[in-house]
Amino acid sequence: MISLPGLKHNTGKTLMTHAVLLTYTVIALFPILVIIVNAFKSRKAIFKDPLALPTLDSFSLEGFEQVLGRADFGLYFGNSMIVTLVSLFFVLLLGAMAAWALTEYKFRGNLFLAVLIAMGIMIPIRLGTVSILNLMASLDLVNTLTALVLVYIAQGLPLAVFILSEFIRQVPKELKEAARCDNVSEYKIFFTIILPLIRPAMATVAVFTMIPIWNDLWFPLILAPGESTQTITLGVQQFIGQYVTDWNAVLSSLTLAIVPVLVLYVIFSRQLIRGLTSGAVK
Amino acid sequence: MSQPSSIQRRFPWHILFFLAPGLLIYVTFSVYPLLDTLWLGLFQEDATGQRFFAGISNYQTLLLDAAWSEPFWNALWNNTKFFIIHMLVQNPIGLFLAALLSSPRLRLSNTYRTLIFMPTMLSVVIIGFVWQLLLSPIWGISEGFLYSIGLGQYFDAWLGKESSSLITLALISVWQFVGIPMMLIYAAMLSIPDDLIDASVVDGSNAWQTFWNIKLPLILPTIGMVSILTFVANFNAFELVYAVKGALAGPNFSSDIMGTLFYRTFFGFQLQSGSITMGAAVATLMFLIILVGVMLYLFVVQRRMKRFQL
Repeated sequence: MISLPGLKHNTGKTLMTHAVLLTYTVIALFPILVIIVNAFKSRKAIFKDPLALPTLDSFSLEGFEQVLGRADFGLYFGNSMIVTLVSLFFVLLLGAMAAWALTEYKFRGNLFLAVLIAMGIMIPIRLGTVSILNLMASLDLVNTLTALVLVYIAQGLPLAVFILSEFIRQVPKELKEAARCDNVSEYKIFFTIILPLIRPAMATVAVFTMIPIWNDLWFPLILAPGESTQTITLGVQQFIGQYVTDWNAVLSSLTLAIVPVLVLYVIFSRQLIRGLTSGAVK
Repeated sequence: MSQPSSIQRRFPWHILFFLAPGLLIYVTFSVYPLLDTLWLGLFQEDATGQRFFAGISNYQTLLLDAAWSEPFWNALWNNTKFFIIHMLVQNPIGLFLAALLSSPRLRLSNTYRTLIFMPTMLSVVIIGFVWQLLLSPIWGISEGFLYSIGLGQYFDAWLGKESSSLITLALISVWQFVGIPMMLIYAAMLSIPDDLIDASVVDGSNAWQTFWNIKLPLILPTIGMVSILTFVANFNAFELVYAVKGALAGPNFSSDIMGTLFYRTFFGFQLQSGSITMGAAVATLMFLIILVGVMLYLFVVQRRMKRFQL
């Protein structure tokens, strides 16, 4: 199967490569599978034989019933969706606009602004938390999703501007100049010519922006810990902190947090991996 | 300049339109808070909550007063160990996997990559809980596994012991994030021109020599970048320790890192009340550490590596 008959190549070495990669794949996936599988078993079965698949006998959804009864996972999930999608929309739009302004036009302070924004790629926004909390308190935004969205836009913009600038630079000059000769306004050039052209780069930026926002615990914990504004990551963390000893509930809440991400990952993994390996991040 | 015939240049409103909204949000919620934090670290509050300028006295307390300096140096040293473990385990494994994945004519290479990268997508908090359950002596799944391969006597409650909790947490983090160096190095290896490899094979070097003499020098810039990404992420880490060990980073602060120290200083814990200004001082020191790392990378590592680039 692995080596083609008739081709002269080292079967032993190929087999070894597959063996090592397969082993590591198992190491990467097994822990997650164990959690998901056990979420569907009765308490007794979880402890008796953790590695067994659920059978007719041991199958149970009691964990999920408890989780959904005690915590509003639907709400948390909705909050995470709103925060992630709204932040993502603005990071892409404002990021593309800023990238366009910085790469296309020459004006005083251009380089300074470009460096200022680039610094945000390396310096974590988290270090300013003390002042961010003060600021949000004075704007009366604590415990709102708006606070999270604003912080996540600021967090996502630098990398978005950086990656999108690279792509905007590759847009052929002739396209823009032809449009300008036809007296097309700068706004129209950007929204009807440039934006559609950089769509593939937007997909890459979208993935890099979305994952840290969806998975973040720090800002939800500090800026929006209220019951009605909890995101899924914070909700799961608080729920597990409360019901540590209830194994069914803990396993089920973890499964509820993991499965949607895995489904999305399987759908978008091609784009993601293409983005990661296309050299967009240098 | 002052020629009356020259057309009056209109104010470039379009630049403002494109740049202002993003810049405004970035400056307000990222640049300003960071600068304000650096400034706040120079203040103190009296009992009534009145703030007054205190110069570097917060830093003197933090670095010299035993009650503060002990936790600080402990967290910094732990964080350094956390980083060293990532550099010694995560990045070499990532490199190794990338080298295997880029072997020519390897089937299923995409599938392996996708699956190995999967844990990286999940929240650190979720991963922390997953491993807390898997390593729990109550559930006994790891113990059972170790017994089945004949290593049962080595099992211990690793996360609960002072001597091993930090290392265990670091290894959990390595397990989760090994996909990032793997992907980046893999991409770098793909961009090495085939003729270079072919030439070295024709010259009679074996796979190991080709890797060591041709591929490795060419991917050094990527390894440098992976290292600085690891550095920044590690010295900014918080979630994993917080999820698994709580803000107290137990047992006995043995898994305390800069992120958890910052959180405790800012919000307070047990009997000690939180302090905005002390929190800002800790954040400032974290900023300086990260800045030194980034500068070293930009001015020493990256410059030196330029000459390897094609």
